[in-house]
Amino acid sequence: MRIESEKQLRDYRKKLVDADRKLTKKIMVCHGPGCLASGSEQISEEFTKQLAKKRIAGVTVEAVKKTGCHSFCEKSPLVAIEPAQILYTKVKVKDVAEIIEKSVAGDEVIERLVYHDPHSNEAIATYPDVPFYKYQTRLALRNLGKINACDIDDYIRVGGYDGAAKALLHMTPENVIDEITKSNLRGRGGGGFPAGRKWASCRAVESDVRYVVCNGDEGDPGAFMDRAIMEGDPHTVLEGMVVAAFAVGANDGYIYVREEYPLAVINLQKAIEQAEGLGLLGDNILGTGFSLRIHINRGAGAFVCGESSALMLSVAGNVGEPRAKYVRSVVKGLWDKPTVLNNVETYANVPLIITNGAEWFTSIGAPKNAGTKAFSLVGKVRHTGLIEVPMGTTLRRIVFDIGGGLLKDRPFKGVQTGGPSGGCLAEKHLDLSVDFDTLTTHGSMMGSGGMIVMDDRTCMVDVAKYFLSFLVSESCGKCIPCREGLYQLHKLAIAISEGRGTEQDIEKMERLSEMVVLGSLCGLGKSGPNPFLSTISNFRDEYLAHIRDHRCPAGVCRELITYEINPEKCDGCMACISACAVHAITGRKTKPHVINQELCTKCGACVAACTRDAIAVF
Amino acid sequence: MKHDLAKVPEIIGRYPQQPSSLIMVLQDIQKEFSFLPCEALEQTAKSLGVPLSKVFSVSTFYNAFSLNKKGDTVVRVCIGTACHIRGARQIQEQMETALKIKAGETTADGKFTLEVVGCVGACAMAPVVMTNERYHPQCKVNTVKKLVAKR
Ligand code: FES
Repeated sequence: MRIESEKQLRDYRKKLVDADRKLTKKIMVCHGPGCLASGSEQISEEFTKQLAKKRIAGVTVEAVKKTGCHSFCEKSPLVAIEPAQILYTKVKVKDVAEIIEKSVAGDEVIERLVYHDPHSNEAIATYPDVPFYKYQTRLALRNLGKINACDIDDYIRVGGYDGAAKALLHMTPENVIDEITKSNLRGRGGGGFPAGRKWASCRAVESDVRYVVCNGDEGDPGAFMDRAIMEGDPHTVLEGMVVAAFAVGANDGYIYVREEYPLAVINLQKAIEQAEGLGLLGDNILGTGFSLRIHINRGAGAFVCGESSALMLSVAGNVGEPRAKYVRSVVKGLWDKPTVLNNVETYANVPLIITNGAEWFTSIGAPKNAGTKAFSLVGKVRHTGLIEVPMGTTLRRIVFDIGGGLLKDRPFKGVQTGGPSGGCLAEKHLDLSVDFDTLTTHGSMMGSGGMIVMDDRTCMVDVAKYFLSFLVSESCGKCIPCREGLYQLHKLAIAISEGRGTEQDIEKMERLSEMVVLGSLCGLGKSGPNPFLSTISNFRDEYLAHIRDHRCPAGVCRELITYEINPEKCDGCMACISACAVHAITGRKTKPHVINQELCTKCGACVAACTRDAIAVF
Repeated sequence: MKHDLAKVPEIIGRYPQQPSSLIMVLQDIQKEFSFLPCEALEQTAKSLGVPLSKVFSVSTFYNAFSLNKKGDTVVRVCIGTACHIRGARQIQEQMETALKIKAGETTADGKFTLEVVGCVGACAMAPVVMTNERYHPQCKVNTVKKLVAKR
């Protein structure tokens, strides 16, 4: 069947909604990256198996939905029961029978499986009441956890392809560009460049061929929201691309997906086939005569390919070395044709803006920063996972309310945002509004949205060293300031972390950074010194402690630390002895152990193994 | 070492015979053999009309490709930011000690290859280790031991 008019789309949806009403209960099993890793596949299989055997009125095997990421990854595997909005955390296969009996056949809540507030230990049964969800506004992530990613019907049922229908059937390309411009949608990939302006300038270029490209490379370590969207709601991405292609006049689209995300490739491929089958993609979309073919390109693992000019070269089968951008890619992009490149989350916002209008969109968020932003909240925070909040939300709200504060209630030290191009914000920044402009003025950036929370046991010199080493290995090597400059910065950071640094080294690094920023060809190099610059400006004391006192206050840099067992706390459980790979710890059962400092390689395995916090770092 | 190269023409044939298919062809070859055999590269160059030098430059530029044969189990320790902050370096070292090889190497018996990677996209479950396609979330010392014990 092909859908060829708005009426047909409406009728089709009505049928789906009616069919769905017949299901009195739905079991939403999260199949996001975190939950899959903790075995959610077996759980959904078990549900299907047991429901096939059992007869419960209004509940068939169709009630089991493999959904995209529920986002509360810390508590995975997650299962939600709809429509009661019950959230079960850390579900095991053996819990399935009980869930079916009590919450699917009956209306009981199993208290043991629901979320418990870590402070009051109060049980919270439904997810809108869980603080992690309470303060979020989910637009780009709206369907994650709510629909089966591999079923276009599910997407249409919740309003999918409405935006595309409205654009193609009721608007001109100029109208669409106008609406997106008015909505002030800014690129969610990190740069924050207004999408409407990008589309308009691409359309304005004289050319017979144009392209739309979706950047699903997500090279930023520590971020995985694009992955969750592509895997959990692939149709949103396609729909956004259809609208964009219609607006700029493109008939071919490319999605560049990271090679580490094979499931995203599979789900997108399925989504493309389904959408083409219904006439919502491919030739003659919705009977309008407009055509768009979308192709998937698998990236091959190069961080620099997140950069637009490198990405386009890579799509064309080349080495992904960025070029200088005298001519922008909206003029000369893929195969030298005008190209619009946006990232996954940007496209995910587009259908909503078209359906609800620009004004609705600008009513959410902060001035000049309309809408929401998705973040992957990870690191030393209690509730890790994916979140989406209105622009302008404070860091404090994100870390302490949504994130539930720090692991083990340790002191907060900072948040790293924006990946290797971003920077570290400190405690004094906790009340800042999180939006493109504010983060940039404080030396960090939005980036694609990784938010890595750090506690007092994270060493900032080590963090800077870590990012520099990442960038050194990911630099494409084409231009000297980046290739050599970052290498030297890394060498100096190593020296400081090993206690061989001097205060002149800090000055050297600052001057060198300036040159790398000025002289590099592309974004990787230009922003490469950011992790260093932001840590030195916010955490200079920590650098000085390494240099002057040969001390690593966080207890991380191994050349400067020693581990010792506190005999008072050690109960002689031998856990550390078996964890130590170099046999540096000796002792007998129930007697306090000792570490042989000569043998100790300071790997920290004993600290991780100790359950009594008996190993101190100096 | 000899490999069954009969499959190579079929893999190349899956895509249009043009230079822009290069990366995709290489990905499929890599998938089939778990590395890029030299002879396969020569065939690819010829069929797609790409100079062999370019095939090599693409093969060595991207992390996904390897010119060396990998072990039966590829252990990938994520050392991305989220994992780094939660102790990935220790996991890496413990793996190195347990397998008696350094990251990037393959054990002499060809059973394990140890790699470190920039982020596998399961950051909320840090630290993460992958064995072939499988994820092992929230890795601890014991996880390392268990994974390696399988040899
Ligand atoms: S940083 Fe390790 S999975 Fe992302």
